[in-house]
Amino acid sequence: MSTPLNISEIRKEFPILEEKVNGKPLVYFDNAASSQKPLSVINTISNYYLKEHANIHRGVHSLSQKATSRYEEVRDKLAHWIGAESKEIIFTRGTTEAINLFASTYGSDNLKEGDEIIISTLEHHSNMVPWHMWCKKTGAKLRIIPINDKGELELDEYVKLLNDRTKIVSVAHISNTLGTVNDVKFIIDKAHEFGAVVLLDGAQALPHIKVDVKELDVDFYASSAHKMYGPTGIGFLYGKAEILEKMTPYHGGGEMIKSVSLEESTYADLPFKFEAGTPSIADTIAFGAAIDFLAKYGIENIAAHEKMLHDYATEELKKMDGIRLIGTADNKAGVVSFLIGDIHHYDLGVILDQLGIAVRTGHHCTQPLMHRFQISGTVRASFAIYNTKEEVDVFIAGVKRAVKMLS
Amino acid sequence: MTINEKQDELIEEFSMFDEWMDKYENIIDYGKSLKGLSDSDKNEDNIVRGCQSNVWLTAKVEDGKLIFDADSDAIITKGIIGLLLEIFSGQTPQDIATTNLYALEKIGLKEHLSPNRANGLVSMVQKIKMTALAYRAKQNQEK
Repeated sequence: MSTPLNISEIRKEFPILEEKVNGKPLVYFDNAASSQKPLSVINTISNYYLKEHANIHRGVHSLSQKATSRYEEVRDKLAHWIGAESKEIIFTRGTTEAINLFASTYGSDNLKEGDEIIISTLEHHSNMVPWHMWCKKTGAKLRIIPINDKGELELDEYVKLLNDRTKIVSVAHISNTLGTVNDVKFIIDKAHEFGAVVLLDGAQALPHIKVDVKELDVDFYASSAHKMYGPTGIGFLYGKAEILEKMTPYHGGGEMIKSVSLEESTYADLPFKFEAGTPSIADTIAFGAAIDFLAKYGIENIAAHEKMLHDYATEELKKMDGIRLIGTADNKAGVVSFLIGDIHHYDLGVILDQLGIAVRTGHHCTQPLMHRFQISGTVRASFAIYNTKEEVDVFIAGVKRAVKMLS
Repeated sequence: MTINEKQDELIEEFSMFDEWMDKYENIIDYGKSLKGLSDSDKNEDNIVRGCQSNVWLTAKVEDGKLIFDADSDAIITKGIIGLLLEIFSGQTPQDIATTNLYALEKIGLKEHLSPNRANGLVSMVQKIKMTALAYRAKQNQEK
């Protein structure tokens, strides 16, 4: 598929791509772990500290007011980007904190013994461990949606798991290990028939697809900036205002209160009730620059480019002897997970690293998913806007060389 | 040969390789020639868990020397284990406990001992040292 994107021009916005790793030009295919940052994002952070820094929300002086409006503009921008209202956006350190916020507050407010929470086999540990913790605390039970051999959720089984005890359904929008794009609209609608609340782990989705939370009618949506060309340490939890209003705060401290006496506190309105303490202001403002970056090139164009790279890499890998693709869903994002013969994923990763090729190896924080496929890990290549077909060629040649050395 | 003589010998051996590929092929050869452990020895007691590759390590004493045997599911890790056994196995608990490991850094394999590599090698070196300390304490008691 041709793309209107001028990739060689776009690459110039990412200075790190000029770096050499182990003496070789960097081929960065670890985008599902974290993407690289364009100059617009990097400059936003440095300009903020050079010229604009002050604490937000409380100061009457000009710098503080300016920093506050820039910070709040990002909330508006993000809300607009995903079809939410600004007060429904809670800034967090990332997806993990967003899921933990939801589990800790909604979970502790609403879960009791005998209640059920549904997740799936392909969840990242960050959408699994918090539920293990809260099931232990509340006596709620965890129910698991199985997957088929292609790495797709078995939705018939999901429907059978739903019942009046189902309180929460928490699933990934896109699998970080397999790239499977889940049919989240179906999952949400079915859960709502039983009065359950749905959270989507959108860490892998927002960098690649347009998400409209109102259209999905999803109750909560968690994601991070750093996989969508933004800084680390900043992400968000979207929640429907009417549910957020009723939830107790997560952290107590400054910025989240209405009034405090020695004995008790009353809490601020949304979204501040959930944002205690001084946030990561520079990173939040730079998150805004990352959204501008995505908007400038168009998420559909980016997705089409990534799909082209994914399809090409998949076809080339399929030609290799002993190849085993892990995750072959019909609807997939730009992630290719694989193994070759009995070569250990770690060995393949080490040799590719020597060739300047950055991929992810291991269980990708999805150990139950690895057990499902009876493997200890995979090699995962994941693509972004700045990757090229030529880099896929370098990668494939690298894999061939590694296989030769390791066989 | 002392531990440091062994280390210097390995550094000398690897200094012949200019290319990273030759170096890694040599490590892979070490991995392939290491006899490893039987399946029954690859048990929970002997495992040194890494995030990505696992290491299994056994130790026994012969004539006052500590004999280590080890294995890994990844061949490069197994090769580096081969180097570590070359250095430490067959030495006295006292020498193992008190001699610093510098060979891997000099050979240019330092990254394999960084916690990020998650291959169990850092923990394996620690386990070798702890085993040596335990046997040294035991030997001192017997004296």
